[in-house]
Amino acid sequence: MKTKTIKVDYLARVEGEGGLYIKLKDNAVTEVKLKIFEPPRFFEAFLRGRNFSEAPDLTARICGICPIAYQMSAVHAMENAFGVKVEGQLRALRRLIYCGEWIESHALHVYMLHAPDFLGYEDAIRMAKDYPAVVQRGLQLKKSGNEIVTLVGGREIHPINVRVGGFYKVPTKAELAPLAERLKWARDAALETVRWTAKLNFPDFERDYEFVALHHPEEYPFNEGRLISNRGLDIAVSEFEQHFIEEHVPYSNALHAVRKEGGAYFVGPLARYNLNFDQLTPLARQAAQEAGIGKICRNPFQSIIVRSVETLYACEEALRIIAGYEMPDAPFVKVEPRAEGASGCGCTEAPRGILYHRYRLDGNGLILDAKIVPPTSQNQKTMENDLWQFVPKHIRLSQEKLTWQCEQAVRNYDPCISCATHFLKLEIEH
Amino acid sequence: MKTQLPLASRRGLLLGVGNAYRHDDAAGLQVVRRLQQHALPGFEFVEMSGEGAALLEAWGGFETVILIDAVASAAQPGTVYRFAAHEQHLPAKFFHYSTHAFSVAEAVELARALAQLPRELLVYGIEGKDFSHGLGLSAEVAHAAKKVCAAVLRDITRLNSQSSHNETWNLAHARTRSHQRLAAQN
Repeated sequence: MKTKTIKVDYLARVEGEGGLYIKLKDNAVTEVKLKIFEPPRFFEAFLRGRNFSEAPDLTARICGICPIAYQMSAVHAMENAFGVKVEGQLRALRRLIYCGEWIESHALHVYMLHAPDFLGYEDAIRMAKDYPAVVQRGLQLKKSGNEIVTLVGGREIHPINVRVGGFYKVPTKAELAPLAERLKWARDAALETVRWTAKLNFPDFERDYEFVALHHPEEYPFNEGRLISNRGLDIAVSEFEQHFIEEHVPYSNALHAVRKEGGAYFVGPLARYNLNFDQLTPLARQAAQEAGIGKICRNPFQSIIVRSVETLYACEEALRIIAGYEMPDAPFVKVEPRAEGASGCGCTEAPRGILYHRYRLDGNGLILDAKIVPPTSQNQKTMENDLWQFVPKHIRLSQEKLTWQCEQAVRNYDPCISCATHFLKLEIEH
Repeated sequence: MKTQLPLASRRGLLLGVGNAYRHDDAAGLQVVRRLQQHALPGFEFVEMSGEGAALLEAWGGFETVILIDAVASAAQPGTVYRFAAHEQHLPAKFFHYSTHAFSVAEAVELARALAQLPRELLVYGIEGKDFSHGLGLSAEVAHAAKKVCAAVLRDITRLNSQSSHNETWNLAHARTRSHQRLAAQN
């Protein structure tokens, strides 16, 4: 009997916190344990007793890569609690800043993290030596997203300009206009990115997933919509906890989110794309079709193409918003706590998928409790299921190559390691 | 909104890297906050999470960058490392090496591969002890952070005296001096 173990240790300096562990016995998979993500329980506790207005900035600190997503889910949850609706140009500015975050996050993942897997490089540094122009294009594309976040969010890292009800300060039309020039370049670069990623070699791998994403009748989803799936789910965000639960897994302090009725599900670019294809711009739809992925894509390795298509969409959407922008009269809508207390929830599309926040507040607007369900904890079970099926099909590969491809399979989901800490160590055990 | 100085006068950047909500991971941030209390004309202060591509952008246009981060190299907590990263490769194991996130060491090496390193990039690493969730540094790390503040202030004094002697000091000269300094330290 031959036993083989594939072990990828994440977060090694945080004892017992993360890792990927696959056990093979007689060429059959006997164990898959993925524990890469620690849910933000610390922050849920940290938020208790804080004022509702602090939630956007505090939760933004959970993730260095997607602070806007945390801010957006927090502000929507608070506005839901206090019965406030943010519309018009303030709503448009929120979409604009989200475009910036998608461009940043997707460009980083496509060029710096995922592409080296496909091209056989250990990392982007080695890839940069052979493909300097490609890596530069990725960095410049990412920078175009950063510029939006910096301008609308007040600063690039940990943006501080977002508040419940709107923004602390809104840009003038003249301040926003210069972004357009660079975004036109970014749109072309994103189109090139779609064409470039389409030429990569993809493992032949498809599964019948349940995709879950927001859906809005008029737009590709960022901040608003109903939660739908390809298996008939169609609920308001307020019904989230009636349909999704977080399960404890014995080998990890992490939680796996599952559908109450149907087990694992899939959130993120592939889910959004498959459920909202018709809401993309004509150019993004055309680019996707030329890239050969059709209206429905079930191969998670092709998420690199879908991320590129979404980047193209975000560039076009940002340009549309900037062209139609008029500075609003007030930078925010006034939000007051309710004497009788309140509770509210929000769900927005972070680059990696739906991010759910729910808060309960007292009469002074202080947070009594908070619940945060990030996309990576929702995808963890699906990542494990992928590995259960992927490994047997590639069992003949060398251990080194198989480990590589297993990591690549996890990377399809752009897991948010940085939500926990920002490093990973790799180890293989025989 | 952030106003940036003209490129020519953007001389120095003090860059603290870390997660403020993970105890000792915040060591670099603490150093930069402490340094902000000193009058350091010509230097800007930035705190970042350590996402590599963003680091590359942050130091773009600066002549001198001093970066301070927490490290995990299994050394005694509070151990301080110092690298002249513009002339030597960073040992990846000292920093949050990752094939998923894109880390400090990778950002430095990518910048080197693309010829985008600042003229002088000093990287300080402070060995952490506790990286679990929570606020505040452990005693050894807090003590090390104070030492690093003093060391960075000495670096800045040296840099200021170099530039007042020769406003147009070039890379070759800077390297020679730096080699001599390291030799002297050893």
